[in-house]
Order: sequence, then structure tokens, then C-alpha cells
Amino acid sequence: MTILLTFIQKAIGQSISILFGATGEIITEKSGNLNLGIPGIMYMGGIAGLMAAFFYERAVETPIGFIGLLLSFAATLIVSALGGLLFCFLTVTLHANQNVVGLSLTTFGIGFGNFFGGSISKLAGGVGQISVATTASAYRANIPVLSKIPVIGELFFSYGFLTYLSIIVALIIGRFLMHTRKGLNLRSVGEDPATADAAGINVTRYKYIATTVGAAIAGLGGLYFVMEYLGGTWTNNGFGDRGWLAIALVILALWKPLNAIWGSLLFGSLFILYIYTPGLTRATQELFKMLPYVITIVVLVITSKREKLENQPPSSLGESYYREDR
Amino acid sequence: MLNDHEVLAKEPFFRITKRAHISNFKSWGIRLIAVVLSLIVCAFVIMAITGENPFNVYLGIIDGAIGKKRRLWVTIRETLTLLIIAVGLTPAFKMRFWNIGAEGQVLMGGLATAAVMIYLGPTLPNGIVLLLVFMASILAGLLWGIMPAYFKSKYNTNETLFTLMLNYVAMQIVTFCIVFWEKPSGSNTVGIINGANEGGWLPKLFGLDYGWSLVIVLLMTVGMYVYMKFSKHGYEIAVVGESQNTARYVGIDVKKVIMRTMMISGGICGLAGAIIVSGASHTISTSTAGGRGFTAIIVAWMSKFNPFVMILVSAFLVFMQQGAIQIASQFGLNENASDIITGIILFFLIGSEFFITYKVERTRAKKEATAK
Repeated sequence: MTILLTFIQKAIGQSISILFGATGEIITEKSGNLNLGIPGIMYMGGIAGLMAAFFYERAVETPIGFIGLLLSFAATLIVSALGGLLFCFLTVTLHANQNVVGLSLTTFGIGFGNFFGGSISKLAGGVGQISVATTASAYRANIPVLSKIPVIGELFFSYGFLTYLSIIVALIIGRFLMHTRKGLNLRSVGEDPATADAAGINVTRYKYIATTVGAAIAGLGGLYFVMEYLGGTWTNNGFGDRGWLAIALVILALWKPLNAIWGSLLFGSLFILYIYTPGLTRATQELFKMLPYVITIVVLVITSKREKLENQPPSSLGESYYREDR
Repeated sequence: MLNDHEVLAKEPFFRITKRAHISNFKSWGIRLIAVVLSLIVCAFVIMAITGENPFNVYLGIIDGAIGKKRRLWVTIRETLTLLIIAVGLTPAFKMRFWNIGAEGQVLMGGLATAAVMIYLGPTLPNGIVLLLVFMASILAGLLWGIMPAYFKSKYNTNETLFTLMLNYVAMQIVTFCIVFWEKPSGSNTVGIINGANEGGWLPKLFGLDYGWSLVIVLLMTVGMYVYMKFSKHGYEIAVVGESQNTARYVGIDVKKVIMRTMMISGGICGLAGAIIVSGASHTISTSTAGGRGFTAIIVAWMSKFNPFVMILVSAFLVFMQQGAIQIASQFGLNENASDIITGIILFFLIGSEFFITYKVERTRAKKEATAK
């Protein structure tokens, strides 16, 4: 029982970053933008939050965790939104190819994160690893009374606020997409921008807003990782492939944020299942880690074979739209 | 909601028109301006971080990339690797098949190379081992390329996402194999394969360490140019890329072309894995491809699929990367600085394409001109 409990807790810890990333990518892709820069943006978001907290904790004598939290949260949102804005500027305004821009952004973002994560403490004249214990403890603070309830408290209330925020954001985005007029407009932009344009929807504006907001949400995934998961420090490439897993999750979730919630839990479990599965050798452990990607491929093939319309990628996904080129 | 009438009524500041034609001189001029601008921005970034003046920064970059004979050869080696991957991606992209999976195809090629080297390298004569290395690596890359192509042609499965996922499957297969091949045991690295007898290593050519790599890569580059420009296959690829419906109408078997092209694309990427493992690193790890599969996509795209332009673009990118690595180590910073530099240069180059395709005029300037 305790093993199961720890397993679920650890799985949730793995899944939150991926969920943020996937929710951000879903709203982005619904506008027809395939932002492959999301893995890089998540690195940028993570390091931006970490740096904000780092400079705040250095600047004041007795740092207050809550202020560090606010500053780092804001820094993450701003920097990752800027990443999305850059993607949009190059692809929508300057008509550049989305895949090329996205991959460049990922190269840049991962380099940005690892570079500053690895050397900011040195650049600022300090020694050793970057560490923001006070701010991180604010992120890790769980709900006072409820978390003390045995089993239920540990299972549901033992996490920092970002965990709950990730689920709330996914629910809100899911509702926005399916049950509001603007969500409908956004989906129509992703399906057929020319028709949307003819119907009087401002395609450019929708693409910009969806991509920027999506990038900001994805950036929170990076913030969660450095603050709650790592406890306010940085390890180079520690974030690993989670950004790409987020993009995989978008497919698994069939572009629906609600599916992404349980999908992220599935990916999170698969990520650590090898630790809890008895009788695995080191070699078979590695095969276990392959599962999320293999499952995604299988889902991708099956959905394309079944051709159910509501389960398809947005049909203009990855294609740029220029009114003049029609 | 935005009031659309207001937007229409407002005169935009710029007028954007598509250029009917642009001279080579002008288009390369625009690219050159973009490069210069990106270099200026890079200099400022490095200045801000290190406090060094930009002149010294660029001397450091030049020194780091080509300052010593060994460094020059590292730069050439990395350029060749990037180039052959970009060449491999060319036919796929020309066909508008988004092969984001070069990273995985290179890894699989490298893995096959390592396997042949480990199991056959010590026993068979080197010539035969090398032959097997090339065959195995090409086959492995081909296998990794043909899977998404099959499902794309059969069910129209999204190839961007499929090839992307295969990269990570390949990575896990590599870590799986490392468990069996690791040396010394428990180190989780393979170490130099056949260090004693150099079995399966590409030998020197004309006294050059990377002589064979140079010859193979340049042959592939020229070969790809000829294939794309003068062969029937190349023409079919171009038609399918422009419009699958047109291709079908003129009687091109689109499915066959997709499969065949991805076999070539994956195969060359697999060969790139052999060039890396057998020709340079003599070991295998998950970072054998090292993101070059992604950078090569950008190289191929920026070069407008012209293999000769790819030589220039990849040499320039590698030059800046190697230089940035040198700068970083000089100041005790980590070498990821080179990714930031690469990113900045790429953003400028990507952005510059817009000004090559479109003409931007100030509307106000035009009004004044008509008033006169």
C-alpha cells in the first residue's frame, strides 16, 4: 500500500511538467501553429524563474519565500511568452517555416537554459551550484491541514500549488476550446484559416495570442521542474526529453486538454514504472523507458487509420497562412 | 472582439509585396546583412556575459575554430558530419516530407556501425568490416526512415510527429545496447571500440585522419546535386513536393516515390552515423548524433536544398559553434554558449528569407512620392 502511494506521488511529480507543456502545445496547435520550440521554451521558462529567484535571494538579506515565488512566476511567464512571441513573429509575420523556426528555438532555448543554469552563479561572482532554497520551499509548501490526513492527504493534498494549477489550467483551456465562441473561432483558424478569415476572424491575432499564451503555460512546466521537482537548483539537461514527451502527449490526448490530464499521469507512471517493477535488469529498464514514445506512435497510426474527424490533428497544422497566397 | 472595420480603415505603416524576381546579388546581399547583424548581436551577448571587447571576442572565435591545426580539423570534421546529414534530408524535404527524425536515423546508423565493429571488427580483415559497416549503417537508417514513410503513404499518418518520436525510440535502443557493450563494466559508456587493433576504423587517406570522410561526404554532396537536378527520380520528388494531386494526375506513383525517397534519405542519414562512429568518435552514446540531426534540418532548409550552398551554411554554423566553445572554455563558462550563438544566427537567417521573398515599403514614403 505504501509502495503504491509513493508510486502515485512520484508519478504525479513526473507528470506535471509534461501536462503544462502539453496544455500549452494544444492551444498553440489549435491555432495551426506546430510549435516545436516548446521543449526549448520550457527550458527558458525554468531558468528564467530560477534566475529571478536567485537574484532576489541574493539582493535581500532575509528573502521571503512568497515574494520570490511571485517574482519567479512572473519571470517564467514573461520569458516563455517572449519565446512564443518570437516564434509567432518569425512564422506569422515573417512567413518562415514553422518546423525550422521551432527547432531553432529549441536549440536556442536548451542552450540558454543550460548555459545560464550552469554558469549564472559563477557569473554573479559566487561559487558552486545555483540554489534558491527559500523560494523553492514556498513552491513546495502544501496545504496545511488537509495534507495531514492519512492516505487521502498524502494522495491528494501533498503537492505544491503548481500541481493543482496545472490541472485547473488544463480544465480551463479544455472548456475554452470546446464551449466558448472564441474557442470555436480559434479551432476554425487551426482547421481552415482561409475560411476563418473570410468569416471575419482575425487569423493573425488568434495565432499570436494562442501561441504566446501556450508558450507561457508550457514555460510553467519548466518552472515546476526546477522549483518543486529539483527544489530550486539546476542540473544540465536534467529536464531531459520532457518537452518532447509533452508534444507526444498532445497526440496521445488527441488534442484535448482533458485527455492530457490522465495522459500525463500515464506518461508519468511509465517514466518511473521501471523502478517499481521487480525483476528488471538494467537493460530491460531502458526498454521500459521507450514505452511512452512507442505508445504515442501506435496512437498516431491508429487515429490516422480510423480517420475519425474529431480525433485528427488540426488540418492546417504546421502550414503557414498568407491571405495573398490563396 | 476586435472591430474589423477599424482595422481596414487604418492605413498600415508598411506595404508588403511579393517580389516577382530577385537577383542573386541582391538575395545574397540580404543574407550577408543578416549574417553581419547576427554577428553583431552575438558579439554584444558575449560582451555582456564576459565583459570582453567584441574585437577580442571575434579573435577568440577565429582562434577557437581554426587557430590550431587540430582545431581546424575538428571544424572540418564537424562540418562534414553536419553536411552529410543535411544532404540526406534534402530529398525528403524537397518532397515536403518533414523528416524530423534524422537524429534517430543517424543514431541507428551509428549503432549498427558500433555493432559490426564490436562483433566482427577484431576477427575479420578491415576492408570487409568497413564494407559491412557501411551496409549495416545504411540499412539501419533506411529502416528508421521507411517506417514513417510507409504509414504516411498508407494512412497519411503525420510524419513530423512520427519521425520525432522515433528519435527517442532510437535513443533508448542505444542505451539498451550500451548495457551489453559497456567497457569497463558499470561505467555506462562503451569507450573506444577496438582501440588496440583499430578494427572497423576508417583508415587515413592521403595521410589525413578524416580523408575518407571528406571523400565520402563530398561524393554524396555532388551525387545528391546530380540526383535531384538531372535524374527522373529527382524530378518526381519535386513534383510530389509541389502538389501530390498534380503528381497523381501525370501518373506518378506517389506512394512509391514517398517510400523510395525516404529510403534514400534515411539511408544517407544512417551512413552519417557510420561516418561519425567509424570515422571519428569510435564509440557510441546517446549523444552520438548530438542534436546535429535537428541543426541539419535548418541547414538544408536555409540552403534552399542546394547541396553546394549547404557546404557554406554548415561550415559557417560549425565555425561559430567551435569558436563559441573556445570562448566559453577561455572564460570558464559551459559550452552550451555555442547553442545560444547558433540560435541567434539561425533566427536572423530565417528572418532574412522574408526580405528576399517580399518587398517592404514605407507607405508614407510612397504617399509623399506621389504628392510630388
